[in-house]
Amino acid sequence: MSGVRVLVGTKKGAFILASDGKREKWEVSGPHFAGWEMYHLKGSPADPNRIYASQTSGWFGQVIQRSDDGGKTWFQPGTPPGETKAPDGTPKGESNKFVYDTSQETGAPLTTHQWYDGTQHPWEFKRVWHLEPSLDDPDTVYAGVEDAALFCSTNGGKTWEEFSGLRGHGTGPQWQPGAGGMCLHTVVLDPVNKNRIFAAISAAGAFRSDDAGKTWKPINKGLKSQYIPNPEAEVGHCVHRIAQASSRPQLLYMQKHWDVLRSFDAGDSWTEVSGNLPTDFGFVIDVHAHEPETIYVVPIKSDGEHYPLDGKLRVYRSKSGGNEWQELTKGLPQSNCFVNVLRDAMAVDSLDKCGVYFGTTGGQVYCSPDAGDTWAPIVRDLPAVYSVEVQTLV
Amino acid sequence: MIRVLLPPHLRALARVKGEVTVEVTGTPSVLSVLDALEAQYPMLEGTIRDHATRRRRPFLRFFACAEDLSHDPPETPLPEEVVNGKEPLLVVGAIAGG
Repeated sequence: MSGVRVLVGTKKGAFILASDGKREKWEVSGPHFAGWEMYHLKGSPADPNRIYASQTSGWFGQVIQRSDDGGKTWFQPGTPPGETKAPDGTPKGESNKFVYDTSQETGAPLTTHQWYDGTQHPWEFKRVWHLEPSLDDPDTVYAGVEDAALFCSTNGGKTWEEFSGLRGHGTGPQWQPGAGGMCLHTVVLDPVNKNRIFAAISAAGAFRSDDAGKTWKPINKGLKSQYIPNPEAEVGHCVHRIAQASSRPQLLYMQKHWDVLRSFDAGDSWTEVSGNLPTDFGFVIDVHAHEPETIYVVPIKSDGEHYPLDGKLRVYRSKSGGNEWQELTKGLPQSNCFVNVLRDAMAVDSLDKCGVYFGTTGGQVYCSPDAGDTWAPIVRDLPAVYSVEVQTLV
Repeated sequence: MIRVLLPPHLRALARVKGEVTVEVTGTPSVLSVLDALEAQYPMLEGTIRDHATRRRRPFLRFFACAEDLSHDPPETPLPEEVVNGKEPLLVVGAIAGG
């Protein structure tokens, strides 16, 4: 029987929510890694029992965790509990090691980026924001980190190497942190063109590689950001999230700081599709699993007030790829709601009737088993939700 | 044998309860104890000292015998009470965050 497993990262631990295909009754496990900030958890599309998790702390730094049994047990890759020597010779304790490649040989001797005051600032690793497992190899996983860079592991997370061509392609010194830090928060792997990777950085913009991560170029043509000196600059845009229509991989959607945008050409050009949204500030955007022009956003009042307009939590759905939006409220609080929905906190399942999920900074995780028509909370009182991912189990 | 008391989150990460003990060759110091600790518990690599710089993380401190050793050069010999096992080396997470 089909089912779903929802992976929730929160400010104080991770939670796993499981249900059958009806998505009415839920089993909740957690907190896993209690007390730690769990920025992101994601399962491998090639092996649903393989889950990667980013565990982080202002005190103790970054830890990568892995489960090979669907989240029942966890370990640091390369360092199983109780073992003190690596039988295969792999260095132990390397799974948490993210060191920027500054060598001349690989073409990225870049060491500074723009700071808030316009001066150059050293690149410093802080944490992993997003883990994106390969679509077909459980041992390959990508990590988007702060300060912005993309790392890759091909041995199940035991060791990590930077794709230094992203920071080193030329615009890196112009990147600057957003309010949440200078993070690479979005990684999208093209399901058809295996050499194509998309990444998004706050506040630099969107980028694409067509050679499996070796070289990169900015893809921000059409973005207009009034808060930067040149509103149509090549980089400097605060892209909050991009999402791909997996059945039409050329079709991308973006929630920018302000503005919702669409691209028909894999990011070569973008057009605003905010249309009749009551406000086009927000963080999340996602695409229906089976309808490439059905998309979802959660409008947030403004960059200064990170909560829903009028205290009403509303998801907006467009069935035309943007411009025309329908508000979805059934089952969502319509008064006194002042939560936020962060950029990695929306996901969809791929059951016949597509389920849509999102988590809030108030600790609620909502599920719509009918593509957004109706909503119900799975849990109401978790710590602030950082991320939501869904695994569809068959 | 050097006794080391880790903060609760690191004990959970290392899957140990209470104090741990490590063997150190030569004159024990914070540096040699951390090297031995990370060799024995590789899951702690990067959590006490930054992976790249090897510097103490800002919100962690080292105490022993009611003294703050955090700002001493890491090669400084540990107090005799720690060396002979009467006192533990304490790795302490700062009370911070409001």
